[in-house]
Amino acid sequence: MVEKVLKGSPKYYLWLLFLLSIIGYAFIVYVFQLMYGLQTTGLTRNTSWGFYIAQFTYLVGVAAAAVMLVLPATFHHYHPYHRVIVFAEFLAIGAVIMCMLFIVVDMGQPQRVMNVILHPTPNSVMFWDCTVLCGYLLLNAVIGWTSLEHESRHVEVPRWIKVLVVISIFWAFSIHTVTAFLYAGLPGRHYWLSAIMAARFLASAFCAGPALLLLCLLLLKKLTGFDPSKPVIRSLSITIAYAMGLNMFFYVLELFTAFYSGIPGHAHPIHFLFGGHEGLNVWVTGWMWTAVVLAFVSIFFLAIPKYRYNLKILPWALVALVIATWIDKGLGLLIGGFAPTPYETYEVYTPSFWEVSVGLGVFAVGALVVSILWKIALEMKKESGVPFELSEGE
Amino acid sequence: MNTSRRYFLKVAGLSTFAIAAGASKGNAAEYEAYPEGLKAHRWAMVIDTRRFNSPEDMKPIVDACHKAHNVPTIPGPKEIKWIWDDTFEHAFAGDPSPILPERIEKRRFFLLCNHCTNPSCVRVCPAGATYKTPGGLVAIDYHRCVGCRFCMAACPYGSRSFNFMDPRPHVKELNPEYPTRMRGVVEKCTFCAERLEKGQMPACVEASKGAIVFGDLNDPKSIVRKMLANNFSIRRKPDLGTDPGVYYII
Repeated sequence: MVEKVLKGSPKYYLWLLFLLSIIGYAFIVYVFQLMYGLQTTGLTRNTSWGFYIAQFTYLVGVAAAAVMLVLPATFHHYHPYHRVIVFAEFLAIGAVIMCMLFIVVDMGQPQRVMNVILHPTPNSVMFWDCTVLCGYLLLNAVIGWTSLEHESRHVEVPRWIKVLVVISIFWAFSIHTVTAFLYAGLPGRHYWLSAIMAARFLASAFCAGPALLLLCLLLLKKLTGFDPSKPVIRSLSITIAYAMGLNMFFYVLELFTAFYSGIPGHAHPIHFLFGGHEGLNVWVTGWMWTAVVLAFVSIFFLAIPKYRYNLKILPWALVALVIATWIDKGLGLLIGGFAPTPYETYEVYTPSFWEVSVGLGVFAVGALVVSILWKIALEMKKESGVPFELSEGE
Repeated sequence: MNTSRRYFLKVAGLSTFAIAAGASKGNAAEYEAYPEGLKAHRWAMVIDTRRFNSPEDMKPIVDACHKAHNVPTIPGPKEIKWIWDDTFEHAFAGDPSPILPERIEKRRFFLLCNHCTNPSCVRVCPAGATYKTPGGLVAIDYHRCVGCRFCMAACPYGSRSFNFMDPRPHVKELNPEYPTRMRGVVEKCTFCAERLEKGQMPACVEASKGAIVFGDLNDPKSIVRKMLANNFSIRRKPDLGTDPGVYYII
């Protein structure tokens, strides 16, 4: 199966080469970060997490999103999804690998990363996050690979895989819940100290992840002619629309609690994100309002069936949604959480050029992993006679 | 063949001997505490803020701590500090617009690790690098810390600093008695655990000429309990349930 990676068009090779060159550049930057420490980043004593942890948080959501296909296919026997489920699982593998890399590049002493396993501390949410992420990676790799193999040999998937699939459904919910618990249990960080954090994370993940998957599938169709099929596009876009609606509703709940209660601790971070503080943080204000506008644009086009089913409009609505959720659950979440500081002061965090460079490298690793895995899946589907092009109504 | 067998036996015999010797040596050199070391069930600090009226009153204390512990002087937002001072509004954040008497408004307050009874930093550490000692101190193992900075996000007092860079070039006068740190680990006030075990009071207490007292909170006859019984005191953010161990007499 692995040999499928090696056979491809010049365009495919060029794409891999492009990703490898970004990875190479980012690796060099990362070596400098290792040598000189995290002073290469824009992080400070008061804003001790930033760009890296923001991407980690967002990508855990992308990883968890595979469940939005696996659940209907397993519990409700919704067959159309079987055509593309392996792509969702392989996207999840890429996302989890990126999550782990973002954690490692954020560490001050990455060579001690095994301390988390050598000295297990069940009281730490970070310990559980590592555990569930590793487990999720393993689950998706085993399930994805085995189902693909069985599909290519035209045999039923074994029973034990079905058990693993059911486990993976609950596991997907757990990974993002645990990620939310990283934030939602810290005293004194008011923006994060919210009971709805895990629910918000899940809603955001279940719209952003499938949106990213659908975008990639539409791109795949353009590049290779593999049609994800009309029912898949329709059902996925409905899921995305509902999840985005929930996601926005949950944010409004946060706004109500903060501003109706009028408690400064709850209101201040939101004030800061959207209005700045005495001229500080102009870029974050613009950033947050961009997310708001894009969120409303995406929900408008996704909620109305006429636009949602229009393949000329749908990709743009999805792009708007991905950017909006990426801002909200990425840097917006991190900067809001550290504002104000424990002394009720405000400061500006801006990721440094080097920080973004290393981040790009991690994204390139993810893209490389997903490209290779999708290539294998596609070749195997072709070999086993799965039709690429579908007639209307299939 | 023969020589190699002899060689093997020789090496095996020697290693057995070495292991046995090592083990017995290990037993003999077992850790022993200083007999003069100070012990407490719950160490606590009381700062008489009335005694600090100008920055000159505070500087010697900050210097004493930072010198004793090789705390680097790094300007800017990536700074490292174990004890420092700030205004009432910043130290006791919570009231956005308090109306204060002039003497309080002008006064500066020491900020340092609170060595909480329920420390959220210890709860979140994924490597067990931050832990509580039997005396209630919150300590850090600089050799185990992975530098994830989860503890910094969890500390509601902003007591922790991260070594964004190698701190050694920024240490002005090196104190060979205390270790320096390396880049990529978190550090903070230790309540001078290394001095307590030798029977000495913390460096800031010693430099404060009685304005900062230190003792066992669980002992009703201790100096801290006497100070708290006779004066009105407050703590930073007690509503968060961390039960901080630093008291401020106002």
